[in-house]
Formats: sequence, C-alpha cells, structure tokens
Amino acid sequence: MTKDEIRAAFLEELSRVAPDIDPATVGDDDHIQDDLELDSMDVLNLVAALHERLGVNIPERSYPEIATPALAVVYLDAALKSAAM
Amino acid sequence: MSEEITLAKTADDTINIARQALDRHVAEGHGAQVAILWLGKDGARREITYGDLKDLSSRFASVLRDHDIEQGDSVFGLMGRVPELYVSALGTLRAGCVFTPLFSAFGPEPIRTRMEIGSANVLVTTASIYRRKVAAWRDDIPSLKLALIVGDGEVPDGCVALGPALEAASDAFEPASTGPEDPALIHFTSGTTGKPKGAVHVHNAMMYHASSGRDALDLKPSTIYWCTADPGWVTGTSYGILSPLLNRVTMIVDEAEFDLDRWYDTIQREKVEVWYSAPTAIRMMMRAGAEAATPYDFSSLRFMASVGEPLNPEAVIWSEKVFGQPFHDNWWQTETGGIMIANRPGMEVKPGSMGKPLPGITAGIVEREDGTLKELPEGEIGELALRPGWPSMMRAYLHEEARYQKCFVDGWYLSGDLAMRDADGYFWFVGRADDLIKTSGHLIGPFEVESALIEHEAIAEAGVIGIPDETAGEVVKAYVTLNPGFEASDALERDVRGHARKTLGPAVAPREIVFRKTLPKTRSGKIMRRLLKARELGLPEGDISTLETDET
Repeated sequence: MTKDEIRAAFLEELSRVAPDIDPATVGDDDHIQDDLELDSMDVLNLVAALHERLGVNIPERSYPEIATPALAVVYLDAALKSAAM
Repeated sequence: MSEEITLAKTADDTINIARQALDRHVAEGHGAQVAILWLGKDGARREITYGDLKDLSSRFASVLRDHDIEQGDSVFGLMGRVPELYVSALGTLRAGCVFTPLFSAFGPEPIRTRMEIGSANVLVTTASIYRRKVAAWRDDIPSLKLALIVGDGEVPDGCVALGPALEAASDAFEPASTGPEDPALIHFTSGTTGKPKGAVHVHNAMMYHASSGRDALDLKPSTIYWCTADPGWVTGTSYGILSPLLNRVTMIVDEAEFDLDRWYDTIQREKVEVWYSAPTAIRMMMRAGAEAATPYDFSSLRFMASVGEPLNPEAVIWSEKVFGQPFHDNWWQTETGGIMIANRPGMEVKPGSMGKPLPGITAGIVEREDGTLKELPEGEIGELALRPGWPSMMRAYLHEEARYQKCFVDGWYLSGDLAMRDADGYFWFVGRADDLIKTSGHLIGPFEVESALIEHEAIAEAGVIGIPDETAGEVVKAYVTLNPGFEASDALERDVRGHARKTLGPAVAPREIVFRKTLPKTRSGKIMRRLLKARELGLPEGDISTLETDET
C-alpha cells in the first residue's frame, strides 16, 4: 500500500466510527481526540476497524502513535512493511 | 461529623463550601500547600496552591458581582479540565451562586436542554465550544446574562474574556453568607422518560463530602490524590473538587483523556497515594496487559477505588496482581451526592461487590407492595433503597416536584438499581430497575437519545437500549424505523449516527443503529425497550401481554 492509500483507509475508517466527521476537512495534524472529539470508546472502535481492514494489530500503548492522520500513516506504513518482511 | 469542619462554622450559622475548602486552610497556615497539580495535554505542569485558589476564586466571584450576577443565580461551566473550571466552580460557590458543571463533550442539544431547565444566568466556556455548540441558540435562553470565555484567544461577539476580567477584578471577596440549606450545585441526570432532571445539592452537603472522603477514600491532609473523573459528572465534582479540597489534599487534575503510559507515569512521577478511577479505564489497562505496567513503580499507592458501574471480579483480581492491592468498588448516584456503599479502606474486598454502607447510611433491599415497601431478606434481589437524611442528599429535582416525590416511598429513597445483600452485609449490583443505560460510567436516558434520532428526516420511530460491552459496561444501540421514501442502507446508518453524534456528542450517541420495519409497541403506543433488550441478549421475553405490534 502507498502512503496515500493508507491515509485514505485511515480516514475512511475514522469517518465510519465517527460519521459526524467529514474526511475532506480533516487536517494531517488534527488530533483525533482533542480536535476531532473522538472519545476513548471511539478510539477502541477505530483500532478494531484498522485491524480488520489492514491486519495491523495496534497495542494499547501505541494508541498515541495513531493520534493524527500524519502519525497514523507513518505508524501503519512501518507496521505493514515489517509484516511484509 | 468532622470536628475541624464544625469548628470553622461562622458565628451566624452561615456555611459556605468555598470558605471551608479554601479560606479555612489558608487561615490555618496552609496557603502555600499545592491544592491542584494541573497536568496539561501538552505536557505543562502547573502547581496551584490553596492561597492561589482562594485568590482566583475571589476574583471570579468579583467578576460575577461586577456583572450584576447575584447570590442564588446559576452559573454553568462547560469546558475541559482546565484550571479555570475549578476556579469557576469555587468562585461561584464563594459568590453564593449555584454551579452546574456540564460535560464538555456534550453536543449542542444536551447543553441547551440543561441550560433551559436550569435557567442559566452565566455560562463559562471556551471560544471553540461557544462557537460550535452555543452561539446558534444563545439568544433563545432569555435568562442568560453573561458568557465568560476562557483563554487568551479572540472572544466571540456578546461574550466577555475571563482572563482579563479576573486580572482586573478584586481579590478580596468574603464568602457569601449562605445558609446550610441554600443551593450550591445542580447536577443533571437522565430520566427514562422526559427531560433530564436537575438534582439540587446544598452547601451543607460538604459535611458528607468531607467525611465520606475520609471514610471511603482514606483522604487525609496532604494526601497526593488523583480522581480521574471529569467534573461534568457528579464524581468529578464531589470527589474531584469538593471532598479533596475540604480534606486539604493535593489533587491531580489531568487535562488529557485516558492514555495508558501517561497514567502509569503520572502515578509513578507524582507519587500518587490515593487513586479514584472507573471500570472502563481499569478494563482498558487490563487490555494492555500486566506487562505494560511492569516498568513502573506503584509503591506510592495507598488506596485505590472505582466507581461508575460495577467493577467485574476479574478487574479486582487483576488490579491486586498489578498494583499490589485491589481497586475498591463503591456505589452512589448523582442524587445521593456522595459515596453510600463502599469497599472501605482496611475492609476485606469481595470482588464484584460494591461493599457495605458507610457510617451513618442505612441501606436495604426492598420490593414494592401496594404502595408500601417490603424489606427483603439477605440473598433476595430487589431495589436498592436508602434511608434519607444524610447531608449530601439531593433536596429537589429542579421544577420537578412530582418526579422528586416519586423517589421516596414509605420512608425510603429508591435508587432504581436492583441489588442483593449477602449474609455478610455486602451489597451486589444486579441491574437497573428501569431502562437507563450505563455506559463508561455515565447514566444515559434512552428518551433523550430517541428524541434526537427522530429529529433526523429519515427516522420515524426509535427505541434505544444498552447492550453489554466488555470495556464500557454497556454501549448505546438504537432500533429505528424509517419514514416513507427512505431506504435502509449503510450510508443512511452513518448519516443518522453522524447526526446523533453532532446533536448529542459521542458519549451519548448510539454506537450502532439497526433498521426495522416496525418496533414492538404496547397498545398505548409505547416502544417496549425491555423486549428489544431481552431479544438482543437472548433472554426470556417475560410478560408480553401488553404487546400490540411486534418487531419486524
């Protein structure tokens, strides 16, 4: 997957968990809790959705690493690459 | 009751929470002790002493007076866990006004409804929340005289910047001469039908806030204490502002939401001694596993407690393994104002039990019988009831005398919770006697959610229930029928859920919506939530003699 595809997948799952968010308006550095107002249950649901979609397991302590689209793309890209090796 | 608090009563028998929580400690030479250790989302760490808080709350009270806000007027706080929230609460009490904290993640509709019922005179909030959630309907609240905006940014039209106002205001403000039965706080709580209820608490409630903090949480002067609850819910006010300050502890306020390493690190770095948290957070820690906790030193912890919903036995046992002692579950409600039943310090914890009644509290398990109540023996399930009379009991539901009176039967206050008492006197939670939903420790009324759903153009009817969830206890699920011309689809589900989140906020909105052709209803047209829930859980359907139209 390219980084653009990862970003698109992340935003799609984000807006599925929180359909009040319009993916087109989400900035790369928007914090999913502070700016986009996801609560902790939303974050759990997002993690589960990303696992389902990308096969990436995100442990609890790594949640801060998917806190913005920019961070998430880096984290998910690395996880996908290491899984492919 | 506590001797130190009795001693500090004024000669004319007035009593003011702010005086007892702040001025008394400063007068006794503790002005330099840290009252609030504030941890910002961005890593900031700010120490606010008892002296600072006395000064800031006096300035806040002066700001209210400068704007002709009078004793008895109502002040609503709507913001995250920033220092100004605590200053607003204490300044409001000092001025003899009535404080209502609102959860900042509420959507516009719950905020508006509560401000209408509470006839809000003042709103303290941030520019961002104001613009997104309040500005559009502010003029429809005729009682609202003043909107104070926290922060240094631009101030929306018709609002006053709080920062400069505090700086300009006088720091001399004697606590108002409130009487013991004068209202101090109004906390909103959900009902199964109708609008949210505003539970009124009085200044004298502090007697119980203080004593229960010692009895149930082991709070002592200078204890390093962390209550993780948001003041938008009653725990975050009674035990996240009042009880700790009355007991002169140093309390930690973390602006950020749950973050595993941040939390563990906070306990280790700040040497937290008493920790009061909630099952959802504890279960999130469990998900991360015991290994995530091993790098940390938790030896400072002296006592750990949990509230919000029953703490499952696995979580009690897990916490004992990881922290060297178990989380002690306790039980109380918005209406009771303080902890009623608890696994107290030094008591043997029965995992899964809420513990035993606190000193001065009489609890029973009762059953309704021809307008009176029958007390049930140990081992039988009935409604958990309390003998009224403790100081922090609510004095009214605002403008809802009939609903208030309905809580009391035969000399008991009825909690609406089903429970059982065992042979050792421990109480065990069984479920709700009504349709209220407990999710992440918050009580949600299905009616409020259903009302928001049917505002959507596609939705004809809605029935809302709680379904079990291993992390949140329960999550909100909605069953809906569609208006003619609309077809069920994934896109529509998301659109309706998006509408509900915008209107209600994420904590209250349904996590799942399913479409039905019809909903099960009684002859009088009432949606049978109980039946939806029984089917969802695969439980017996019980008495369905009133069922007129079934679900399809």
